[in-house]
Amino acid sequence: MKITKEIIENTAHLARLELEPHEVDLYTQRIDSILQYMDSLNKLNTDGIEPTSHAVPVECVLRDDRAKRSFSVDDSLNNAPGRIGSFFQVPPVIEVEE
Amino acid sequence: MENILDMTITELKGLLRKKEISSVELTAFYLERIKKYDGEILSYLRTTEDYALDMARQADTKIAQGEDAPLLGIPFGMKDILCTKGIETTCASKILKGFIPPYNATVIEKLNQAGYVHLGRLNMDEFAMGSSTENSAFQTTKNPWDVSRIPGGSSGGSAAAVAAGLCVASLGTDTGGSIRQPASLCGVVGMKPTYGRVSRFGLIAFASSLDQIGPLSRNVSDCATILNVIAGYDPLDSTAIPQKTPDYAASLGQDIKGLRIGIPREYSIEGIEPDVKKAMAESISLFEKQGATAVDITLPHTEYAVATYYIICTAEASSNLARYDGVKYGFRQTGKDIIDMYKKTRLKGFGKEVKQRIILGTYVLSSGYYDAYYGKASKVRTLIRRDFDEAFKKCDIVVTPVSPTTAFKTGERTEDPLTMYLSDIFTIPVNLAGLPGLSIPCGFDAGGLPIGLQIIGQPLDEARMLQAAYVFETERKVKKIPDKYSAKT
Amino acid sequence: MRTRCIVDYGDYESVMGLEVHAHLLTDSKIFCGCSTAFGAEPNSHTCPTCMGLPGALPVLNKKVVDFAIKVGLALHCGISNKSIFARKNYFYPDLPKGYQISQYEEPICTDGYLNIYTDGEKKRIRVNRVHMEEDAGKLVHENTIENSAYSMVDYNRSSTPLLEIVSEPDIATPEEAVTYLKMLRDILLYLEICDGNMEEGSFRCDANISVRKKGSDVLGTRTEMKNLNSFRHVEKSLDYEIERQITLIKKGGQVIQETRFFNADEGVTYSMRGKEEAHDYRYFPEPDLLPIIVDDKWIEEVRKTLPELPMEKMERFMDEYSLPKYDVEILASDKELAHYFEETIKLFPEPKTVSNWIMTELLRELKDGNVSPKDSLLPPAHLAELLTLMKDGTISIKIAKEIFPEIYKTGIAPKKLVEEKGLLQISDESTIMKTINEVIARSPKELADFRAGKEKLLGFFVGQVMKETKGQANPKLLNELLLKRLKGE
Repeated sequence: MKITKEIIENTAHLARLELEPHEVDLYTQRIDSILQYMDSLNKLNTDGIEPTSHAVPVECVLRDDRAKRSFSVDDSLNNAPGRIGSFFQVPPVIEVEE
Repeated sequence: MENILDMTITELKGLLRKKEISSVELTAFYLERIKKYDGEILSYLRTTEDYALDMARQADTKIAQGEDAPLLGIPFGMKDILCTKGIETTCASKILKGFIPPYNATVIEKLNQAGYVHLGRLNMDEFAMGSSTENSAFQTTKNPWDVSRIPGGSSGGSAAAVAAGLCVASLGTDTGGSIRQPASLCGVVGMKPTYGRVSRFGLIAFASSLDQIGPLSRNVSDCATILNVIAGYDPLDSTAIPQKTPDYAASLGQDIKGLRIGIPREYSIEGIEPDVKKAMAESISLFEKQGATAVDITLPHTEYAVATYYIICTAEASSNLARYDGVKYGFRQTGKDIIDMYKKTRLKGFGKEVKQRIILGTYVLSSGYYDAYYGKASKVRTLIRRDFDEAFKKCDIVVTPVSPTTAFKTGERTEDPLTMYLSDIFTIPVNLAGLPGLSIPCGFDAGGLPIGLQIIGQPLDEARMLQAAYVFETERKVKKIPDKYSAKT
Repeated sequence: MRTRCIVDYGDYESVMGLEVHAHLLTDSKIFCGCSTAFGAEPNSHTCPTCMGLPGALPVLNKKVVDFAIKVGLALHCGISNKSIFARKNYFYPDLPKGYQISQYEEPICTDGYLNIYTDGEKKRIRVNRVHMEEDAGKLVHENTIENSAYSMVDYNRSSTPLLEIVSEPDIATPEEAVTYLKMLRDILLYLEICDGNMEEGSFRCDANISVRKKGSDVLGTRTEMKNLNSFRHVEKSLDYEIERQITLIKKGGQVIQETRFFNADEGVTYSMRGKEEAHDYRYFPEPDLLPIIVDDKWIEEVRKTLPELPMEKMERFMDEYSLPKYDVEILASDKELAHYFEETIKLFPEPKTVSNWIMTELLRELKDGNVSPKDSLLPPAHLAELLTLMKDGTISIKIAKEIFPEIYKTGIAPKKLVEEKGLLQISDESTIMKTINEVIARSPKELADFRAGKEKLLGFFVGQVMKETKGQANPKLLNELLLKRLKGE
């Protein structure tokens, strides 16, 4: 499928990326050619093949339900770009219609 | 301090123990060299001079008290991707500028326990995405063998610093070749252990199912010494393998008589430089002279590895990098509402390659395309793994070039991402299969640029790879530091 | 407030499926060791993992798996020997990693059911799946959300464990929905894995709802209702939404697939449409967690810990104690109450009498004081003693009911209180006869009227005697003696 500017813009929105107009053009062209290359995988028949998510097959190790010491509030907020008291501060979550 | 750059960690520790040198002196020696040479190479993003000297003083105190630890007093450079408590850790990204981790990565804890000295933060491609270190948001590192060329990437700073003698050794991370390729291009030893051998806790994730931490050093012995320290199970990483690790350093020195070396047919691709081919052939005959046998093997799905890799790694990256949103840490660009803030922060905070990969990864996971891309790639990954399973029935290790070419010129491939991606064809399958891989210098091309040989091992069989590499290194003495930087300071 | 109206569905019927999120009663979070305790200072129960710091990794809490298996077994689900976690990707400031770790394909429990009673009939509601996931943090506003210049985030709740329990669209009416939810909540309380508190969000419900022509086997377009934080809200919002959808379709309109919010104050649902409506969660297997392997031994171990569940208990109570359904529904809805009942009938084996007293006197007191049956100051032995005193005629019903609040509140044994207060019932014929004679002697007119045929006056004489004896006369004996005396026998 041909990658269009609209696809790039929609995908960038999903990824919460604003793009400059010249970036939209650049990524449209580049991602189109990369995806064409990736389409080469379709030459392979993979029916009945199990997908691999982890290369080394071991099972999940579990931990016991024991509470341990957490960060101090300052440790957790030290890097915050916005802070109010013990909270992280962010711009309003209500969407502004465009 | 004439030959101090050529010494192994074991030898340096001997000097320290005998008080012929102190850790503070050794640390000052490297800090001095960084001041002198790194203005040109740009391998360090930041040095942590006071922190380093403080650690060195503590090491000296311990040495004076007769204490010992595997890396006591040894100065390291650190790829800026490993969270280090109280030390700015940026992943060479503007979006993490100023981020001070309130915790240590497990490998940092282990290095602390082992008594290392932290010299500073090494440059890399932003979020480890790249093969040339040109994608750093802050500076472009140069190859010490030719400063007009790239050092490789993403652990380009780690490789260049070791090659120029700006640290004893360093840690890097490898997702598709990011330790082995720069090690190869800079002429040093670099190892990516088996996936799960070294804890990823505190490693800032690029692609979680592929990332692995490993050492870069000027000799095989140091590689084994460092692996001894960082390898092992960690209850904080669910993907860490719950198995005891052998003593890698102690196993060095065994011969390789009867070792079966697999030579994959499919790796004789077009585009391999003649000098690289020649070095490969010489290397194989060297192994044979030492009693190993070369075996023809086939890895039939090799041609699909790059496409598979870029689908999986970008998909995982698109998710792993979602946390950089201006809320909890790092850079924030203000916006009129939360979505506006997210978008502007990520527009300004991420570089070009990172954004491209986030979009690509978001696309291959998105509704309607998952099966065609991510689903398909996960299945092809199984086929690539099986290729190696089959091959290892016939051989003990696999030997290949690390990279089809030696270091290219800075700027040469930045506008052509696909060519850049394709140059990782020999290293990528190893990550997809979760195998250990090691790069060892095996010679130089006509222009004097280093060539690296890749040794691929079976899962958790790092010891055998290190033994083979040690034999190789002993037989084939290769210059490790360019003359320009090997002068006495 | 909109009052509830029974919708005339006409040719239409409604179809509902419910998604319940149950907060689990673990000590630590699902993927890290931070405390799950409620009400701590904001952001004080946080660590690298639940804050989504770069490099942090999740490690699964075993108890969450135990609880999931428990619920799965209670709901007759199949327990998967292998299940996997997935990432659900979306941006919201309360979601620190930009994705929620949840289960998507291959959840831990699948294909179960829950039986409910509806209109006196037993009905099976199928359960599609039960899966484990992490909760998000909390957004806090100083004002209303609409009027706030900024939002504040607290990550204490981030990564606390949830089970999501998803029903099939087998629910036909809002009443059934509530019955299902109550039964499900009872089960979770029986299993002691969730506190069931809807107002505090420990037991949250989203509902999918659609309408269709009666007899059709195709589902209509559904809407999703969020934020239903009481049983009453569930019922009212579903009523409203069914009426809205039917009215819309009758007018020739079409239902749009969307999320709607219930405004409890106005009793209406409203759309939160906008560009965020088109969610694309880009699920993919969580690379940081390996598959969870649950072997049959583990399942059997958990099965052994399962208590008798509400429905089984109800059926046993009906069977064993011949109690009406109304009674058993109340008694079995609370494990402690059912236990109280059974302890009492061990000492006073008249189930219906015990049930009556528990449902009226005891429950009234428990509810007034918001006390659990197991913490009641009136133990089963005291209730049995009270009923025995009543049965053997030591005290009258009237007295029993009068002293109930006191023995409940003080914990004093009924017999002791009765003795102390001299409330023993008078069953001595001569004592009662003496009082009867006194009353008759001062009421000649009433006696004459009675004997002339005004038999209603019996009540007057009973009342007078009771007044004289402070209610302690044995009513049955009093009646007998009084009639004899009045009739002049």
